[in-house]
Amino acid sequence: MFTDQPHQRLLPINTYPKWKYVLMVFVIAISLLYAAPNIYGEDPAVQLSALRDATISEQQVEQIEAAWQQEGLTAKAIELEGDKQVIARFQSNEEQLRAQEIANKILNPSLENQEYVVALNLAPATPDWLASLGGKPMKLGLDLRGGIHFLMQVDMEQAMARQQEQLRRDFIETLTAEKPSIRGRVETIENGLLISFRSQDDAERAYSALYKNYIDRIDINLAEQNSRPVVRATFNQTKLQAIQDNAIDQNRLILSNRVNSLGVAEPLIQRQGSDRIIVQLPGVQDSALAKRILGATATLEFRLVNHEADIVAAQQGRVPAGSKLFDSERGPIVVYDEVQVSGEHLTDAFANFHPETNQPIVSVKLDGEGGARMLRTTTANRGNSLAMILKESVPVFEIKDGKRELVKSNVVETLVSAPRINGAFSTDFFIEGPDFTPANTKDLATQLRSGALLAPTFIVEERTIGASLGAENIEKGIMSVIIGFSAVVLFMLLYYKAFGLVANIALMLNVVTIVAVMSILGATLTLPGIAGIVLTVGMAVDANVIIFERIREELRHGVVPAQAIDKGYSQALSTIADANITTAIAAIILYAVGTGAVKGFAITLFIGILTSMFTAILVSRGIVNLTVGHGKKPSKIWI
Amino acid sequence: MSFLNEDTSYDFLKVRKFAFALSAILIIASIISFFTKGLNYGLDFTGGTLVEVGYEQDADLAKIRQQLDDININGAVVQNFGSSKVVQIRMPQQDHIENAMVSDVVLKTLASDGSKVIKRDQSFVGPVVGEELKEQGGLAMIVALICIMIYVALRFEWKFSVGSVAALAHDVIIVVGFFSITSVEFDLTVLAALLAVIGYSLNDTIVVFDRIRENFLLMRKASPKEVINNSINLTLSRTVMTSLTTMLVLLALFFFGGQTIHSFAEALIVGVLIGTYSSVFIASPTTLALGVSKEDLMPPEIEKEGEEFDAP
Repeated sequence: MFTDQPHQRLLPINTYPKWKYVLMVFVIAISLLYAAPNIYGEDPAVQLSALRDATISEQQVEQIEAAWQQEGLTAKAIELEGDKQVIARFQSNEEQLRAQEIANKILNPSLENQEYVVALNLAPATPDWLASLGGKPMKLGLDLRGGIHFLMQVDMEQAMARQQEQLRRDFIETLTAEKPSIRGRVETIENGLLISFRSQDDAERAYSALYKNYIDRIDINLAEQNSRPVVRATFNQTKLQAIQDNAIDQNRLILSNRVNSLGVAEPLIQRQGSDRIIVQLPGVQDSALAKRILGATATLEFRLVNHEADIVAAQQGRVPAGSKLFDSERGPIVVYDEVQVSGEHLTDAFANFHPETNQPIVSVKLDGEGGARMLRTTTANRGNSLAMILKESVPVFEIKDGKRELVKSNVVETLVSAPRINGAFSTDFFIEGPDFTPANTKDLATQLRSGALLAPTFIVEERTIGASLGAENIEKGIMSVIIGFSAVVLFMLLYYKAFGLVANIALMLNVVTIVAVMSILGATLTLPGIAGIVLTVGMAVDANVIIFERIREELRHGVVPAQAIDKGYSQALSTIADANITTAIAAIILYAVGTGAVKGFAITLFIGILTSMFTAILVSRGIVNLTVGHGKKPSKIWI
Repeated sequence: MSFLNEDTSYDFLKVRKFAFALSAILIIASIISFFTKGLNYGLDFTGGTLVEVGYEQDADLAKIRQQLDDININGAVVQNFGSSKVVQIRMPQQDHIENAMVSDVVLKTLASDGSKVIKRDQSFVGPVVGEELKEQGGLAMIVALICIMIYVALRFEWKFSVGSVAALAHDVIIVVGFFSITSVEFDLTVLAALLAVIGYSLNDTIVVFDRIRENFLLMRKASPKEVINNSINLTLSRTVMTSLTTMLVLLALFFFGGQTIHSFAEALIVGVLIGTYSSVFIASPTTLALGVSKEDLMPPEIEKEGEEFDAP
């Protein structure tokens, strides 16, 4: 596989074909180019972004700029990115903090309606020409820039309990609808239900009825338990997966809304495994505050629309008592405050298609109590509209002594949908609309579920890295890289002389290439990542050591230098490949199994192995060929 | 400059019985210590809360302990971390406070007497997460060993595969034993280091094996023992050199990398030392003990293509 095959030598000894040099120069040039943004670093910046339908106008930006200048703050640069986002760069962190406070007062004058997020950020100081080529610095992990990391556990048991309850009601409905109706006792078992019957005949009839109606959702079988016939129904794999995915998606949506209100520039909200969500808030230091906000809940309310209210008057501020004005897609409407059914009774909401018209709809399911109330409401209010309102608490901050403090939390109510009640319904109903598409029915369903507390979350892991520790980690990390690197370089130079120099050039290019690859991939640099780079530096010289020792050995056996170089490189190739592949296996497994810190280490280790193969074999050989190869017959080489 | 310029011819296999005995003692000691004393697991594995704070002057540990006692925090370990101004407080699961809130309460309490406390690090790990991590770590280790074993078996031969995995298991057990005996904290980064040790030690072993394979084909008259000895000698200068360069960067990490990667560097330093030893004294002698011979490495006879079609 990697052994030296005897081949026809068309070129003189130690000669590379031209294309190899072209390739090398090309790769090195690209690496230097994409590693370069890391030299420029990042500016402290304030990021203004508009939420929902709001936009940021140039006038607003000018107004903010004027306010900054009044306070003696001058932004290094202000960049408008569309009409939704503006980034203003500053000289220092202290300026950045003051600028944020001023901008926030202008953009969000009232505490009632916060339409903008004013966040602290780090903006890459990459020059324009480089940025236009896609150049960007490596992202720094939380351990290097400070911030908070949460691991949230989604309570799947509760999500499952809701689904079992729903299934129980569906089953009972189906079995009582059978003629004659079947009676049985239902109990919950893991991932499903167990129904016991008086007679074998009942059990068999129940089995076929349930099979017919629910086989898309459940695995079902007939059995016997305590000498009574039973039907055992458990959710099938597809349904289980859907339950988990729904619970995670719903919580991700809730968490992103809340994190937005925290004003974090580049939050990361990511699913991990089957039932966890990672939330990373770079730059945030107040962990108690973050926890309060992430832990807040959203609730859903079904309320009736007040058709008697005068919309025009309401818009001018004369809203009838016991009602509130909302914006909907079809213009403003007035909704009663009285709650008909609250979100805790919602067991499921999902995007679906109308069985007859095949139009996109949202199917909604309520529990027994919710169904009973809904039946009362809809019977009495046929022809009226049912408003679905999502209530979320949104925190309000103020800056005191340079620190952000939570002043209060506002409950924000948003109208999700307000369809007409076309007939009386109870536990199962659906919402349809003329402008529904498969995409927006899915959004609507997720929004409804997010207010239903289908699966609550709790924090299972928290890491807060103080800004000072982050800075210290960077400083020490870079310091150890420089010291370790220098020691190796010096040692190689002393030990292998001219060839040591070649290895050192390869080593430096290796570090540049690792940085370039990580920048291009958008990988995050963490402290374990730095350790990975340092370790790669130590191990990358290994390839050259193997080659050089082989060359020395050949020389000792009296082989002429040119021949020794050729043999050294070609004989060592299979050894190096084997050694690196096995290390790569370890790196891949680390990445697959590990989380967080371990993953960061594995990525750099793996990238380092790949790049070191390129630099230590191809580039170092290229340099050697260029200096003593191409048909030259050196009588002595410095090794 | 060079340490081993001449062709060396140390008889490494002569001392193999001594080496096996030494390794056996180390492994037994490691296992005993692991099962009796156990590991000083870090927060990542035990779960609980960790708070690291910086003071402007030297921190008064006794006072901090008193402050924690006053708010009924049980089982807190308070110690200086890296400097006399930095304090690390580790707390197990608390019964009477919601665990995610412990760190906030502690920070508030420490600042309540008016001293300026800078929060450096604040972590909370739930008990389930810690348990899972132990499982995952063990699993990663086993999966890695199996994958490597398969690769080596494919590229070389099963005796080499057993030899290399024996050496790896040897390294992992002794490094874990070292952490158990010295009670150095075993956290997530140490686990990563252990896996890196596997990669590193294997690298070393493979280089020797590669040479053994080559020499079996070159030295047709020599006995397996001579071939192996010769191969170890030929690769000796490389083994020493690479260990030295790797050691240089590890020492840089250990002394200058800061507290966060201190244990990581320590695990790797021990691992590289043990790994270097095992690739010389354990891996190859094990293959020899399994009775490796040059027939194992002869390229299989290639069936001539189309042979069976010769007869019409």
